[in-house]
Amino acid sequence: MQVKTNILSLPEEELVYPGNRACAGCALGIAYRIGLKALGPDTIIVVPPSCLTVLQGLYPVAATRIPSLNVTFASTAAAATGVLAALKAQGKKGVNVVGWAGDGGTADIGLQSLSGACERGDDFLYVCYDNEAYMNTGVQRSGTTPKGAITANTPYKGKLQQKKDVSAIIAAHGIEYVGTTSAAYPLDLYDKFRKALTFGGVKYIHIHIPCPPGWGFAPQYAVKVGKLAVETGLFELSEIEHGRLRHTGASRKLMEKRKLLPVREYFRSQSRFNAITDEEIEAIQQNVTKRWECYFESLDDIEGEE
Amino acid sequence: MKKKNEGDYCKRISFSEAGPGDAGRTGSWRVLRPVMDPQTCTPAKRNAPSCYICWLYCPDGVISRTVPPKIDYQYCKGCGICAQECPTKAIVMVEESSFIKE
Amino acid sequence: MQVIESGNVAAALGVKLARAQVVAAYPITPQTPLTEKLSELIESGQMEAEYVPVESEHSALAVCIAATSAGARSFTATSANGLLYMHEQIQWAAGARLPLVMCVVNRGVGAPWTVWNDHQDSISQRDTGWIQLYANDHQQIIDTTLKAFALAEEVMVPVMVCYDGYLLSHTYMPFDVPDAGLVDRFLPPYRPAYSLDPKRPANLNTVTLPDVRPDIRGNMTHGYMEIRHLLHEDMLEAIPALARVDEKFKASFGRGGNPYLEGYRCEDAEYVAVSLGSLSYHLRDVVDALRNEGVKVGVMSVHLYRPFPAQIVAEALKGFKGLVVFEKALSYGYQGTLTSDLKSALYASTWNAGRRPFVINYILGLGGREITSPDLYHALKQSCTPDGPDGNETRWIGLKFFG
Repeated sequence: MQVKTNILSLPEEELVYPGNRACAGCALGIAYRIGLKALGPDTIIVVPPSCLTVLQGLYPVAATRIPSLNVTFASTAAAATGVLAALKAQGKKGVNVVGWAGDGGTADIGLQSLSGACERGDDFLYVCYDNEAYMNTGVQRSGTTPKGAITANTPYKGKLQQKKDVSAIIAAHGIEYVGTTSAAYPLDLYDKFRKALTFGGVKYIHIHIPCPPGWGFAPQYAVKVGKLAVETGLFELSEIEHGRLRHTGASRKLMEKRKLLPVREYFRSQSRFNAITDEEIEAIQQNVTKRWECYFESLDDIEGEE
Repeated sequence: MKKKNEGDYCKRISFSEAGPGDAGRTGSWRVLRPVMDPQTCTPAKRNAPSCYICWLYCPDGVISRTVPPKIDYQYCKGCGICAQECPTKAIVMVEESSFIKE
Repeated sequence: MQVIESGNVAAALGVKLARAQVVAAYPITPQTPLTEKLSELIESGQMEAEYVPVESEHSALAVCIAATSAGARSFTATSANGLLYMHEQIQWAAGARLPLVMCVVNRGVGAPWTVWNDHQDSISQRDTGWIQLYANDHQQIIDTTLKAFALAEEVMVPVMVCYDGYLLSHTYMPFDVPDAGLVDRFLPPYRPAYSLDPKRPANLNTVTLPDVRPDIRGNMTHGYMEIRHLLHEDMLEAIPALARVDEKFKASFGRGGNPYLEGYRCEDAEYVAVSLGSLSYHLRDVVDALRNEGVKVGVMSVHLYRPFPAQIVAEALKGFKGLVVFEKALSYGYQGTLTSDLKSALYASTWNAGRRPFVINYILGLGGREITSPDLYHALKQSCTPDGPDGNETRWIGLKFFG
């Protein structure tokens, strides 16, 4: 069993410099800082077009203190495979290879190459940071935009389609580790990064990233909104290890307490959901409640096993 | 045959080295400035490393994990997450304009 | 060592001798036997490399781009629509200044679907900043592949080695496989000036502003336009660099001496047929037949298409009465690209000359339409006249319209 991290035991060294171009209150900033602490300086990162590209800096200044390779939008996972192959061919060991892409670069244009890498079993960590739209280009809808969210190209009715369940798609490839976490829970994030690195093949971590300008809330609430997503049961902190699902951290606590905050609190905290009606919120609430009732019941089974 | 050295090659590609301030002095973005009260801040009060939730959540890493924590105002963007998340409300957001010297 | 093998195997043996360390492979007709042969060589331990079976051509080049950026000598191969699918990455590899080598087994492009030979695939990538070399036979395939790695790593520009699908890839010819020890001396291991390394971190190919800006030390440094200009300059530098590589190859293996152009019976010719690839050798038979009738014609094959060795080509061709350019591709809405490039080179060098050769363009063989010796004979016979062409339009050989 892994020892859980607390704030004081996190590495102090920052592998990202301040004064970068991320928005004020960008939760990717939190996730990236903490994620890099988990990875350490012996890491090579591959980044497609995304907010992270911009956070990492414009030529000739880099905010990131690890070697990074910018690649075309569809090719993050393939490029990570390539870096890995080169290191292997040169007998270089002890370097973490990471592909770190946004939701568009993972669930939409990047899905094919990620699927290929999972099938091949290439030994790298793939991180999807999910701010639920193409934020870098001005908040256009993506495959992971939730139903009802107003975006720059779903401007009045909100997105009509469901959010793509990327971690389930990736888990179906049979890879050894799939983790879902949130920038609002950096210690959970750190632990999952550390744990993921102990597995073989592609490891997948999906991070929920609240985005102040894209979601429509004041920057100081970035962590609060992230926590609301989890405490309402809409986003789950979990891991799938060798095919077995278990919830972690705050989501696990919800199962124990058997109490969720109403989803309404989450939807009404962001102006992107202004088009969602109370009836639609009620329907979503019923779905969430039903899903979590199954989790509450399964906890008895799990606790029986443990 | 001519052999190109690293400097020669790196001039020919988009090659960026790490340093702060890619976006300049991002402290200039601030409308509100976080101000820490050492009487209320837990590590400052206890005079020992503790809490550091502000350090944990700062997206830009401009708060140091020291006793007391220090905010780098050259780069702090004034997002207010630290003030929002501080468990003892030791950080207050103050109008940046009140700090501009005439 | 003399062998009798296919063009695809010739390429594979070249890649093996070059000690490529990472091979990305996606199947597409008529390239498949090349990557299959490489998988046999690697799985049996005859070749030490990482073989990555990718899920698309776009990813194939992604793997090579990343692997080379991380310090390994990389290779992939493709044809037609696979090459087109890679186009974004082809542009990327050139701008990223990576010494990749890729074999393009020439095949026509869709729509509609065709699997047969023409040059539309590689010609469509002419302007991307890759060096393009065309091989005429199996010996040239293996030799050019080896020279390609040396040239790419010399000027830090990726190289496409093009050879005709089916006509060369699937036919069998005798050729010499160079000695591995001699190849190791000709082509030492890849030692990049920079590769991704945690001990020397850098961020490669991030967003680059239109204007120049200071680096972390406060020194003004290049912008996007300078980086692209240097690609162009280094491509021009590849012209003399290829001659040096060719010379070194000749000293090691006894073959070479025609890095840019390969002529046949041009010394006393009045008219010269010009083409890329194996068609130039086919034209030699036709040239012989015409010579027997007293037509003073020769054939010139162009090996280096990009960078276009304009001065060399103009010098070689400007003295003839007429040039007849046979092309298996064209720039739709205008004419064959080799024709345009030739005319452009001649324009500069014959400005004050008082006379210049006429240039006729024939388009043929698209989608593998059979190119017959009688067709070539008639085209040349008609074209090689003192008065030159009747009309300046691009002509097509082998069309069969009905009704």
